[in-house]
Amino acid sequence: MADSKNNGHNGAKFTGTDRYIVSGELGLAVNAAVTLAKPLLIKGEPGTGKTQLAEELAASLGTKLLRWHIKSTTKAQQGLYEYDAVSRLRDSQLGSDKVHDISNYIRPGMLWQAFVAEQRPVLLIDEIDKADIEFPNDLLHELDRMEFHVYETGEQITAAQRPIVIITSNNEKELPDAFLRRCFFHYIRFPDESTLKAIVQVHFPNIQPRLLQTALEVFFDVRETPGLKKKPSTSELLDWLKLLLAEEMGPEALQKQHEQGGLMPMFGALLKNEQDVELVEKLAFMARRQGR
Amino acid sequence: MFIEFFFCLRRHGLKVSITELLDLLQALEQQVVFANIEDFYSLARTILVKDESQYDRFDRAFAEYFEGVADVDIAAAIPDDWLIPGLQRQLSDEEKAKLQAMGGLEELLKAFKERLQEQQKRHAGGNKWIGTGGTSPFGAYGFNPEGVRIGQDGSNARRAVKVWDKREFRDLDTDEALNNRTMQLALRALRRFARTGAVTELDLDETIRATSRKGGLLDLQWRAERHNAVKVLILFDVGGSMDDYIYECQQLFAAARSEFKHLEFYYFHNCVYEHVWKTNTRRYQETTPLKELMNRYGKDYKLILVGDATMGPYEIAYPGGSVEHWNEEAGSVWMQRFLGHFEKAVWVNPQPQERWRYHPSIQMMHELMSDRMQPLTLAGLQSAIRTLI
Repeated sequence: MADSKNNGHNGAKFTGTDRYIVSGELGLAVNAAVTLAKPLLIKGEPGTGKTQLAEELAASLGTKLLRWHIKSTTKAQQGLYEYDAVSRLRDSQLGSDKVHDISNYIRPGMLWQAFVAEQRPVLLIDEIDKADIEFPNDLLHELDRMEFHVYETGEQITAAQRPIVIITSNNEKELPDAFLRRCFFHYIRFPDESTLKAIVQVHFPNIQPRLLQTALEVFFDVRETPGLKKKPSTSELLDWLKLLLAEEMGPEALQKQHEQGGLMPMFGALLKNEQDVELVEKLAFMARRQGR
Repeated sequence: MFIEFFFCLRRHGLKVSITELLDLLQALEQQVVFANIEDFYSLARTILVKDESQYDRFDRAFAEYFEGVADVDIAAAIPDDWLIPGLQRQLSDEEKAKLQAMGGLEELLKAFKERLQEQQKRHAGGNKWIGTGGTSPFGAYGFNPEGVRIGQDGSNARRAVKVWDKREFRDLDTDEALNNRTMQLALRALRRFARTGAVTELDLDETIRATSRKGGLLDLQWRAERHNAVKVLILFDVGGSMDDYIYECQQLFAAARSEFKHLEFYYFHNCVYEHVWKTNTRRYQETTPLKELMNRYGKDYKLILVGDATMGPYEIAYPGGSVEHWNEEAGSVWMQRFLGHFEKAVWVNPQPQERWRYHPSIQMMHELMSDRMQPLTLAGLQSAIRTLI
């Protein structure tokens, strides 16, 4: 592979950390985004580690992670800065000296912080699809040129170095084309069995291979159940395994219960919906009746 | 460099732009990948494709361009879980039984994928064998897998075969891409702002007034945020002749969904009778009586009916006219009752307006609606909104 002599970027290729497994494709996408200093848009089933990617990337680069969680009321402006008119009014009443300098009342947002950070930071814009439909459009220029104008002070904020921007989306709203043009995109697929095993090993290094095998079988069975409202994902598998380990459930007991049919132990960690629980229960019951 | 590849992608309907191509070239120059076709594939996909529903289209274009260089197995590249829910949704009980006989979903899926490749050729030949899509995760092949008629031969002609009519209902997908922003902007006209809820916003005018009343002593005034207070009830016609307009309806649905806070929707078939339903898959089990709808939603709800109103005139005019069940009272009676309750109502018809006069049922419906029927175009939608205000 090529050497990583790229513009000011201080780390080697991102290949995951000791707590986070990345697929080759995802690693490549991240590296491309880091190298070309473009925002990376990440989509995928809930629970496949979209947000965690940013955390682990920051950790592996040894840099700061700036999180900007988007809600339905978030405005693009809040990412740049906010002007606190109310405290300025109050200070003017109290006769504070601060009041003469407007910059005392300007609070930098996440984007501003990312632009002026000493070391190239990772900026996470989490769940961008939650915001208003115009939100991504309002950020076009800022993400593209990595600069903006502070109207109140006449200041121009320009990024010293382009931050690594990771954007996650759950597909609740479609993002405008102009915005997508400026991003790289990766869809995190649900991991296959071998990757999943690797992920589990990372989280539970001491798990018994047989317990893991059985648990994965049960897990994939559940995932393949047609018509589930919410398929269990990686994070749910990890929670479930944690519970199994805490209960000191043996592989034999799990296996037996699985063969007998009925719900798996601690099903609450895997199934998040009473209709799903009912469905799995019903299917297990039918399987048992057929003497499978 | 890669100019041919670029055009190949565009030929396959991917909207790649020059900026993205330049990005790719820059990435190659920076040696993000080096002489490895699989890495190049992932890199190109990361940079050029912006939606997972386009992945498949990209795969095909890639395979075509690099034919002979490497074989990419397209069918295997589609994760099964993208297909399964789509298939599941449209299977009837008989088909499920048949499915069991065929050896389960996996077998069927395999068959489906085989057909998919076959389809590719047919489609290129201009045969409209598979649906009107371009909207699903597999927009790729220019069709919607939910629209694939498994086990049905290549006829596109719509005959009134009851069993197929029953089969073809599908939920309009909430997540469906809203790629027509103009539609949403049109719906924005239907806004009636009201301030309700907690007082969180600084009321500047009132603050200045109050402050000057107090002789300069600051007196902050707060008010509640503005919300769109319009309440909307949408009824969609599904199945049968509406299949041609699935795409338009999905767009309308997605637009309405994100615009109105108080939005309720139900489905009906052809004409509104004594009940409507919320989920198409369980439409025979879980229905909502129309009377309940009128009791539950007040007169302040704006009613939008979406349907092509293309049916046999008897379906509106006579008791027992429904194609699906025995209705004691004629559709027109129910429509009048319904419209009597919801004063602000409009019928949006995806059928092009110039064709309306050839269908007597549209004329009848138009009259029932007292001329409040509009085509599903931007202009039509705008005037529909105007009648609702």
